[in-house]
Amino acid sequence: MTEIHLIGRAASPGLAIGPVTMLAAAIARRTASGDPAQEAAALRAAIEGARAEIAELIKMVQGEVADILEFQVAMLEDDALADAAYEAISAGIAADHAWRSALDAEISGYRSAEDEYFRARAADIVDIRDRVLAHLSGVDTVARITGGSIVAADEITPSAFLAADWTRGGAIALAGGSPSSHVAMLARARGAPMVVGLGPLSWNGQPPALALVDGDAGTVIFDPEPETRRLFERRMAAANAALVAAEAASVAPACTADGRRISVLLNVTAPEDLAGLDPAICDGIGLVRTEFLFEASHGLPDEDTQYAVYRRILAWAKGRPVTIRTLDAGGDKPIRGLTIDGESNPFLGLRGIRLSLARPEVFRVQLRALSRAAVHGVLKVMLPMIAVPAELDRACVMLDTEFAALRAEGTACARPPLGIMIEVPAAALCAEDFDAAFYSIGSNDLTQYTMAAARDIGSVADLNDAGHPAVMALIARTVEAARERNVEVSLCGDAAADTRLTSALLATGLTSLSVAPVAVARLKAAIAKVGS
Amino acid sequence: MHDVNASRAANAFVPLMASAVLVNAVGLHARPSVKLTQCAKGFAAKIELALAPDGPWTDAKSPVKVMRVKAPQGATLHFRVTGPDGKAALAAVLALVHDGFGEA
Repeated sequence: MTEIHLIGRAASPGLAIGPVTMLAAAIARRTASGDPAQEAAALRAAIEGARAEIAELIKMVQGEVADILEFQVAMLEDDALADAAYEAISAGIAADHAWRSALDAEISGYRSAEDEYFRARAADIVDIRDRVLAHLSGVDTVARITGGSIVAADEITPSAFLAADWTRGGAIALAGGSPSSHVAMLARARGAPMVVGLGPLSWNGQPPALALVDGDAGTVIFDPEPETRRLFERRMAAANAALVAAEAASVAPACTADGRRISVLLNVTAPEDLAGLDPAICDGIGLVRTEFLFEASHGLPDEDTQYAVYRRILAWAKGRPVTIRTLDAGGDKPIRGLTIDGESNPFLGLRGIRLSLARPEVFRVQLRALSRAAVHGVLKVMLPMIAVPAELDRACVMLDTEFAALRAEGTACARPPLGIMIEVPAAALCAEDFDAAFYSIGSNDLTQYTMAAARDIGSVADLNDAGHPAVMALIARTVEAARERNVEVSLCGDAAADTRLTSALLATGLTSLSVAPVAVARLKAAIAKVGS
Repeated sequence: MHDVNASRAANAFVPLMASAVLVNAVGLHARPSVKLTQCAKGFAAKIELALAPDGPWTDAKSPVKVMRVKAPQGATLHFRVTGPDGKAALAAVLALVHDGFGEA
């Protein structure tokens, strides 16, 4: 056995070692009982197992993914799906063969449909077929990734990722994929190392048993030699010791070696991110994304729903400042019934504040909910994708109007300060022209608009470098504008958590960085080394 | 769009018939099928649908069978409802179709 070295791209940092779980379509192998009654019972149990498994997955997903899974559950609950299979079983066919041919007939019915929507459903039936087959043969399925294992696959879906237990270690090694996929984001949030773009995962004979994943360097070693494994384990032990030391210090405020106090804020994607977190680890929340509200509500969330969520986040912060971003839909974040389908270039289209101003009836509801929540803590509101001052001015007028209306009704409310995100190079270059209460630099979009390279296109992702001097110059320019106007400025976005950039970012004069909770300890440790 | 034959004699199980045009963007695909069958299952009556007034009839409580119909946008869905709560059942499924299954 020789070890196999594969080089890909780092998508989520960290080191992991573990047994390999292949997600490639497993060929079901099972021994038939020969007894039709037993075969029918086995199929019934497998269908129920598959149904229960998907029902569990649904609890963890939202929006369109949930709709697709609900459809699969409805199909599995319908006896008509397995009628032909049971018939074949009673004629002496083994359960797995009977199920496969019944479902293949169903699948070819969809594949031959004239309507493309029905043709596309063939993939769902394939999914159903394979999940039940996996239950019949006892093969591990997508939804049962063993905790602590290294998942090797061409691709992995967010629902498959969410179904696995990542608290016991484990990592992801993908033939394809992208560091900017939703799964990569989830992996970074959960602390699971991930490497993508390894190329075809093919083995000579036996699939690998063990893998070492280096999510910092972007490499994977399958079936390592004992010496390779020993060296890797030593690196893991050292990294863990450093992590433990960093976490012990994470409730202490962040200071550079030369004594500069740096605010470390949290990025929050959903209120659940805060569960079990001690607010003392941070100086506040620098970014609350509100897209989750719109995905979860299967439409547009009403004012009271939004108010309740905002209020809960403010309560968690215990008086620390909380910056909530108004809806940032569009681009790579479509929301049904709100965003425009089929734009030729969604990233240059109706997204962020542009969409909110185009749909004032939706925007007003959010502004009202925010104004009502503002009485419960230190709330700041920021607008995404601002390009020109007129956008801020229009939003300002709308906020004033809603605030005045609430006050006239006698509803408890406060007018939160309104700041802007600096994501468009035009806004960075002219930051001083905006009458904003604060700036928050969104480094992900600022980088992709400056470098003209998308985050999620693997072949140009190297150009998408937040550390490029051009991006750094725009950041420095924004910090300078903030100083001149005497308003606060912070940076949220992946660059804040990239500890290779910490020194350069603080050199621009930034004193506030906002990162995912998982990155707080690492960032504070990196800040402590700056200026030493 | 309705032509409910409410000519119910003493026999409570005379089939009720009505039709409606599929107005939602993609026809009777996955989500609408699930919604329709969930709605239908809420009634005791036997509820069937077809693409032609004379059938062939499909059990509207079975998502597998409803999906096999592959009814595209613009198709006319005919319903045949038989049972004690048939009138309410027919009104409910027609409302769902007219409403574009809430996704128009």
